[in-house]
Amino acid sequence: MHELVVISGKGGTGKTSIVASFAVLASDAVLADCDVEAADLDLVLAPTVKLREQFYSGHVAVIRGDDCLGCGDCVEHCRFDAVRVNGAGHGDAPYWIDPIACDGCGVCVRFCPEEAIDFPQRHSGEWFVSETRGGPLVHARLRAAEGNSGKLVATVRSEAKRIAAEQRKQLIIIDGPPGVGCPVIASLTGASLVLVVTEPTVSGEHDRERVLHLTKHFDIPAAVCVNKWDVNPSMAEQIERTAQEMGAPVAGRVRYDMHVTSAQIEARATVELECGAADDIRALWLNLQSIASTHGVQLEPAARAVGIT
Amino acid sequence: MRLAIASGKGGTGKTTVAVNLAQVTAGPTRLLDCDVEEPNCHLFLRPDIVETQTVGIPIPQVDEAKCTACGECGQFCEFNAIVSFKTVPLVFPELCHGCGGCMKVCPAGAIPEVARTIGVIEQGQCRGVELIQGRLNVGEALAPPIIRAVKTHAATNGVTIVDSPAGTSCTMIESVRECDYVVMVTEPTPFGLRDLTLAVAAIRELQIPCGVVVNRASIGNGRVREYCRSENIPVLLEIPDDRRIAEAYSRGQTIIDAIPEMRATFDLLFQRVSSECPNA
Repeated sequence: MHELVVISGKGGTGKTSIVASFAVLASDAVLADCDVEAADLDLVLAPTVKLREQFYSGHVAVIRGDDCLGCGDCVEHCRFDAVRVNGAGHGDAPYWIDPIACDGCGVCVRFCPEEAIDFPQRHSGEWFVSETRGGPLVHARLRAAEGNSGKLVATVRSEAKRIAAEQRKQLIIIDGPPGVGCPVIASLTGASLVLVVTEPTVSGEHDRERVLHLTKHFDIPAAVCVNKWDVNPSMAEQIERTAQEMGAPVAGRVRYDMHVTSAQIEARATVELECGAADDIRALWLNLQSIASTHGVQLEPAARAVGIT
Repeated sequence: MRLAIASGKGGTGKTTVAVNLAQVTAGPTRLLDCDVEEPNCHLFLRPDIVETQTVGIPIPQVDEAKCTACGECGQFCEFNAIVSFKTVPLVFPELCHGCGGCMKVCPAGAIPEVARTIGVIEQGQCRGVELIQGRLNVGEALAPPIIRAVKTHAATNGVTIVDSPAGTSCTMIESVRECDYVVMVTEPTPFGLRDLTLAVAAIRELQIPCGVVVNRASIGNGRVREYCRSENIPVLLEIPDDRRIAEAYSRGQTIIDAIPEMRATFDLLFQRVSSECPNA
């Protein structure tokens, strides 16, 4: 089983539009939307939800008003500035703990001399298994203002793996989050191949460099694609050159095309419209298959791959 | 006045709004780049970085001579960052949140803490704007401590603009907390609308007032505007979908530098924000 992860560093470079197209092009894949804070793949793939599970992760400290004597020890112990002096609206306790700021470390719970702090599990979101026209999709929604997105990402990935094993599918395509931190690391550790989708801008280039350092750090082969390359052709060339110097081959270029937005509004993948960007994404998918095969990664079942070559 | 520039979806133009807004405020203005995973404001303002500080979190360093291998620390840690099977514990620094719990529960006093660097804060000035940016080291997972460190540099007087990371999780919340007003930047597409809705829910949980800037206003459809109307969220500004803006951005130029007549647009945005913001 192989995992192809699409990330970008910078947000809004077109990851989800490209993954939705891959989902339609790939003949035998499971899809995983690991951008759990802003999951949008479902807007294109119109999933039928088959399974819906609540996601609990970690704990949150809660002061019991009746038992708190107001000694303030918790304030001293908390390194996350989560303990607040009570104003109106938080019960009778002299202090209350802001659940948004609470890191769930449990230090205040342990050291409260009155044992007046509860430590319930934290309801951080939910995840879904759905059927789509591109194959099974595992997606999730982190509750507003929650941490622990990395753990939800890990849950989505492991569920996608379970489904792939069950349905004997060889490939998981992962739509990753922006950035280089916790949720991105959770999306790509142990993956087979990373596609970095970037754009020909100073920010795109800056962030592309950081994500390629990240894939190097975790020793995962990576390829790049410059989306909207014709907005700044010389910058696109520069990005491709520096990416190649860092060992990431160019898998393709996608032109700036208003049809990408039209497709999104019609809840269709770009390749489901006839347009230039669709042609570019098809070429990108073919190229990516040959890059993948140099790393022993198969994006399409063998019979079909032979047909292409 | 402390303003945050945020969005659910990435790439909608937060940094563009932040740097252009910083350029029209009557200084001294502080711009805090809290997108510490991918800080980009400096690419447009190009300040000379005059000061760099490392940011670390305290992590345990077990004193093997004192450790009695009781295993208390490993049992206590919520993050599996210190593990003991009745042996001298093993520390996994990249999992540690720096809460200090293991040190405090150790009955032998065998766990002093040492600082572990996870990123830096850089400071520089450029044309009346003081930029303070955080930068998470590549390979590190824990962005919030760096965001907290950047935010200690907020101005006590004058205007502070916070460029927040995308999303709706702890990093975004940490960035916008304690701000007086949030400017949400979105684009009028289905992805833009979905992610705006989620971000608004997060901001409302913090009880901070917000308004919306619609970027690339002529693409997509009218659903974002309908949503704002129905939710009573003011649309502060619509930025046209203009190839000159996209090209200026690609080169690392602010809109105001590339198209001087756009200064008036951002002046107006600043006035609108100031009139909406309760603490201006």
